[in-house]
Amino acid sequence: MAQLIVPTPAIVTIEPGAKVPLILRARRLVRSSRPYLMLLGVSGFFLAWYLLVDNLKLWRFRELPGFIASIREWVNPDPLYGVSLFTAEYYSHIWASVYRVVCAFVLATILGVAVGILMGWRRIFYGLTFPILELLRPIPILAWIPLAILLLPGRELPIIGLTFLAAFFVTILNTLLGVKSIDQVYFRAARSLGFSELAILRHVILPGALPYVFVGLQIAMGACWFSLVASEIVSGQAGLGYKVWETYYYVQFETMVIIMATLGFLGYLSSALVRFVGNRLMRWRSRILAGV
Amino acid sequence: MAVEAARGGALSIRHAGKVYDPDGANVVAIDDVSFDTRPGEFCVVVGPSGCGKTTLLNTIAGFDELTVGEIFLDDELLTTPGKRLMPGADRMVVFQNGALFPWKTVLWNVTCGPIQQGKMNRGEAQVQARELLSRVGLRGIENQYPGELSGGMKRRVEIVRALMNDPKVLLLDEPFRALDALTKSVVQEYLLELYDASPKTVFFITHDVEEAVFLADKIVIMTTRPGRVLKIVDVDIDRPRDYHVLTSGHFLKLENDVRAAIHGEARKAFEAGERELA
Repeated sequence: MAQLIVPTPAIVTIEPGAKVPLILRARRLVRSSRPYLMLLGVSGFFLAWYLLVDNLKLWRFRELPGFIASIREWVNPDPLYGVSLFTAEYYSHIWASVYRVVCAFVLATILGVAVGILMGWRRIFYGLTFPILELLRPIPILAWIPLAILLLPGRELPIIGLTFLAAFFVTILNTLLGVKSIDQVYFRAARSLGFSELAILRHVILPGALPYVFVGLQIAMGACWFSLVASEIVSGQAGLGYKVWETYYYVQFETMVIIMATLGFLGYLSSALVRFVGNRLMRWRSRILAGV
Repeated sequence: MAVEAARGGALSIRHAGKVYDPDGANVVAIDDVSFDTRPGEFCVVVGPSGCGKTTLLNTIAGFDELTVGEIFLDDELLTTPGKRLMPGADRMVVFQNGALFPWKTVLWNVTCGPIQQGKMNRGEAQVQARELLSRVGLRGIENQYPGELSGGMKRRVEIVRALMNDPKVLLLDEPFRALDALTKSVVQEYLLELYDASPKTVFFITHDVEEAVFLADKIVIMTTRPGRVLKIVDVDIDRPRDYHVLTSGHFLKLENDVRAAIHGEARKAFEAGERELA
């Protein structure tokens, strides 16, 4: 047979999957406009805060905690209201909240993905659960609070339960969507190749649904923090949500701002973590996206 | 060829018909289609779009069942009204738009069939996979993901994946449709090379006449909807074939015959399409 030169395309100098050296990445970042814009935006926000509250003391802003005072309180080894980077109380509230979110999120992920996959995999299960899910899902999480307190013993479990619930619905729905999004051709191929139903579940449905699952988990993480704070305000004795309300009550506004900032930071960190895990698990996808 | 014949792979399609019934409007996809293939024969089905080629392939593969007639593979009944043999590794399909699992590496994709069926262990499967991949010019891509490959590479991987299962019949549904002309000719030659190395019954769908004549032992030309067998053309060009035959007089004559037969049908299909749109 005549020898043809086979084109071997798609092999670029830097392989799509290969890690770009750190120095190169750093240089690329410094040369782009992104870090400077970010710096400008953030400092603009703080400047506005400073001007409106500390400096101009405008109407309605007069009562708010000042920028300088809040920062000072935050880094004070001996804070005015007992909460700063150097006090154990600060970390005990963080720990209480993080603990609840982690419990609720892990539980919601395991159960939500399991239910979502079952719904997508077996029509009977879908028919059985979908209507009731669609009725329960729109009930705002705040409306569940009394029921959770009635149903679950103690003060800790209702909070975890409510935090879980918000994430649970989101995870189910996105997982279901993920299973439905899998092209039928992969099921046909798997059946032709002699896959058992279990092998299809493991090698087709699970990995095929993963992109949607992780979109769901991102949203679920946000929902977790939202309902955590709401339920801590109502039923907590510790935790960041509880503390936000308490500091408001006792007119410790600087501390209130510190706690709010902490919530923002933890929220950001947790969703970055979910993204990171997602990218690790879906390397096939990130490599393709990087290659394009 | 005689040795291979003992392995089986004789397809026998008898009075096959398929009527779809969406919203009560009967759509006859195929009607009274009958033909046989010898074991190890390369059979190409050509016809205008919508003539039921894919329907026929789906019933052989076990994705769908006939509403009239029957299809046998050797002595085994594949489908008859109300009955079908579920998809299996004896009838491997290479899909029109590709069905490599994008979340698995090339090596996993290629070896999964025999491993899942318990026919080989991982080590054996990998040895054979590497062997076959390198035979189609794909050395060193085992750990890449399908999304990182070009169209021509993906098609070759998918053919290798199918052949790894040692099927009785290989079903290909317009596999090279999306490839550019140059890549297409390269991949066609690789397919022929694999076929010559171990001839299996091939059921190949296309509407590219040149491709049909280049690959086939037998070309089944189908009419526009409802799909019937219009004509069967035997291609008596010696194997192994390479692209030189494309310009030989005999090749051109055969191509011309097929084209002439199909042209009228293509026209009818086109006009029917125009009417539907109007």
